[in-house]
Amino acid sequence: MNAKVDEQNPDLVTITVDGVEMQVPKGSMIIEATDAADIDVPRFCYHKKLSIAASCRMCLVETEIGGRPAPKPMPACATPVADGMKVFTNSPKALAAQRGVMEFLLINHPLDCPVCDQGGECELQDLAMGYGRSVSRFTEGKRIFDDENLGPLIDSEMTRCIHCTRCVRFLQEVGGQKELAGIGRGEHTMITTYVREGIKSELSGNVIDLCPVGALVSKPFHYRARAWELLSHAAIAPHDSVGSNLWLHHRRGEVMRSVPRENESINEVWISDRDRFSYTAMYSEERLQRPLIKRDGQWAEVDWEEALTFAVSGLRRVLEADGGEALGTLVSPTATLEEMHLLVKLVRGLGSDNIDHRLRRGDFRDGERAPMLGLPIAALENLDKALVIGSDLRSELPMLNHRLRKASLKGGQVSFLNPREFELNFDAMQLAAAPQRLVRELALVAQAVADASGKALPDAVNALAGGESASEEHHVLASRLVGGERAAVLVGALAEAHPDGSVLRALAAVIAELAGATYGDLPSAANSVGGWIAGTLPRQGGLNARAMLEQPRKAYVLFNVEPEDDCWNSAAATAAVESADFVVALTPFVSDRAKAYADVLLPIGTFGETSGTYVNLEGRWQSFGGIAAPVGEARPAWRVLRVLGNLFALEGFDYEESGEVLAELPKAALESERPAWQDVALELQDEGLVRVAGAPIYAVDALVRRSQPLQDMPQSAPAAVHVGSAVAEALGLAEGEQARVRQGRAEVVLPVVVDDAVPAGTVWIPAALAGARGLGAMVGGITVERA
Amino acid sequence: MQAIRNFFKTFLLWELLRGMMVTGRYLVRKKFTIEYPEEKAPQSHRFRGLHALRRYPNGEERCIACKLCEAVCPALAITIDSAPREDGTRRTTRYEIDLFKCIYCGFCEESCPVDSIVETRVHEYFMEQRGDNIFTKPQLLAMGDKYEQQIAADRAADAPYR
Repeated sequence: MNAKVDEQNPDLVTITVDGVEMQVPKGSMIIEATDAADIDVPRFCYHKKLSIAASCRMCLVETEIGGRPAPKPMPACATPVADGMKVFTNSPKALAAQRGVMEFLLINHPLDCPVCDQGGECELQDLAMGYGRSVSRFTEGKRIFDDENLGPLIDSEMTRCIHCTRCVRFLQEVGGQKELAGIGRGEHTMITTYVREGIKSELSGNVIDLCPVGALVSKPFHYRARAWELLSHAAIAPHDSVGSNLWLHHRRGEVMRSVPRENESINEVWISDRDRFSYTAMYSEERLQRPLIKRDGQWAEVDWEEALTFAVSGLRRVLEADGGEALGTLVSPTATLEEMHLLVKLVRGLGSDNIDHRLRRGDFRDGERAPMLGLPIAALENLDKALVIGSDLRSELPMLNHRLRKASLKGGQVSFLNPREFELNFDAMQLAAAPQRLVRELALVAQAVADASGKALPDAVNALAGGESASEEHHVLASRLVGGERAAVLVGALAEAHPDGSVLRALAAVIAELAGATYGDLPSAANSVGGWIAGTLPRQGGLNARAMLEQPRKAYVLFNVEPEDDCWNSAAATAAVESADFVVALTPFVSDRAKAYADVLLPIGTFGETSGTYVNLEGRWQSFGGIAAPVGEARPAWRVLRVLGNLFALEGFDYEESGEVLAELPKAALESERPAWQDVALELQDEGLVRVAGAPIYAVDALVRRSQPLQDMPQSAPAAVHVGSAVAEALGLAEGEQARVRQGRAEVVLPVVVDDAVPAGTVWIPAALAGARGLGAMVGGITVERA
Repeated sequence: MQAIRNFFKTFLLWELLRGMMVTGRYLVRKKFTIEYPEEKAPQSHRFRGLHALRRYPNGEERCIACKLCEAVCPALAITIDSAPREDGTRRTTRYEIDLFKCIYCGFCEESCPVDSIVETRVHEYFMEQRGDNIFTKPQLLAMGDKYEQQIAADRAADAPYR
């Protein structure tokens, strides 16, 4: 009965594979049908997420249509199914063809499995066991290739290449830049970058997983361990709010590598390089191994008990003299939900409300509204219209950029309104405006959107346009947003850092309303959303992250925060913590900077060493376990906080495991809501140059900043003053010269980079880099002169 | 008749004499006792004693850190850490055999693709200190250097049967 109904379904056809009848979608390939039915067909070049190349010929199968057998075996990956088709995947003819292909594949393969990193997890090795001969008949010489340096992440041994072109297709189709290609013909075909400048894509590490042989392997993992020695544990990526799913591979308590865990609704089968290689920082030389305390100006290594007692007595001293007001607590937005909850409990228990995790936010006037995407991540690739405001999406959230890229490839129209232009890997419209003009530009876009959608614009928005009217560009941008079935307006980290961020968000909400689009925030850090659930915010009239540093406190608790790099205003943050009487830093890393301002350094576990929960930008709770043994005497932070709670004699700090902490948190899902309109005065009124900064992709948090392979990537260029050629000319600056930049009292000398992606009136100086330490606000007035 | 025979056997100590005859025969026979340690029993070239890591004639260590011996070891006696050497080749940074765990099965030797780890004829060794049972990479290489001639000769003798 059922079969009859299915037969009438015009989208399905019936095929018989190895005698088993099955219904498969019309137009799909044989290999998709066999994969769905768990029938094994050997393959090298086919990958479900890439285009079909049919270049390896390993998946040859025998087919028969209408009782007439195909004259030759057909590649299962490139042969569409047809009604009534019969497929034989392991008939003598199919097997003979597969064995023949395997013999040819092995002709030029060096068979150096004992020294090859892929040994033990190699698709060629596995299939050679099934389809290869025990002795080679090939006695002629094998071809070899010289290796090329593909950069600090990927090691190549091109002699092992079997030309499946998965890497080539990945970088072109997913990475968006054609960085690898095959040159030469026949057996001299060679996969190369040709220009010999390495691979720069932020998703490049995925070619390591894709390569079916050991031609492309991980450089940091090179020769370190064998696949069979590693245990894998599920984890969640800690560097962006996407929350990519990972497998952490570890051996004897040491994390050896990180690879993607398939989750179609989050990261598909990919992860960004940041999530793949940041584990190297866990074993950085800057790891804090034992608790340190500063006694009479001298740093001393002490045991945990002494360090904790010292921290407690120091904080007590400040609290007793000046009360809870004098304490400021900065929480890294990469802290787990459990850690955040315990911190909130601790800080409120001590009578303080100065706690915040929104370290890089410039404007706090729109109060409490959790930043959420407002739609599922997977839905991004089906958008037909999108406007992204103030976001270097490729650096901030590489996996979301990939989804928007897919939307664009499907014909969706994506536009960006940013304080500068960025290098994109897909077709999109980019509108760049100086940060001081950003509000006005957005108001003009709102005007154009109102025109296009035939709705009335609120007067308050018209007022922000400052008497200007929308130009041609704004109308084009509006036409790329209005009229879509599935549209979204997304607001990113550069807008968050803007001192008038609340206005930008409110304007974006107005635009979304007018265009019938979804409003979404793009919080950047792994647990930016979790902070709202745990409540690491001043909720009883306390100071927010910015105010806490601009009005220095007597004591600070820094939770995995490096104020000079992680805060909105590096200069103010450094000054505040340096002038404080007592600073307790819970941190996995120690640096001379930390030693200059802190009084106690408590070593805590990094990602991979601690269990916890992250809430991603969709509001999805993802828990993970502690996998690796913490380095030295470091302890998972929730345990440290638990003991601190006990030492302060606070109630309710008797947890045995992190799950008990989690159980205390409200499990209700956060609602994504649009920012409400409120009339506020604009803060950024500078007429002159304005600095704007984002954290570069490999500098977003303390862990990434210490991952050497990532620091060697071209994206990790040292800090520089990026100005447009007009500004450079006006200031008499040329590329490579030194410039003195001043923000308030902060002054730094940096090299000049002339870059016309930066609009007039704007100076782009990335934050969170060594050279930019000590500068002022991420978005704020600046003066530049020749040094 | 039987009773009389038994009576005489009893008081003439016939069984004792029969027994003593065995003793006497062995007393005059050529001795097979080996005066260890002055004398030693012959050893097969397949004897599986203390381990060694071999080098190529040019002095380069053979081991390439493929870790097959570590994987095949039924007693989990071998521990290997590997890393690229300065010249980019795959090498061990640690190669340790726990001699207390080792059962001298010879699987490591059989699994080795480069004939690096071998079991030598050496069986006379001892440990004085706790921890001496961990045989380290320098010790293994020193063993290989010391007995290379014999190791090579033994492998050559066994080659036709492999």
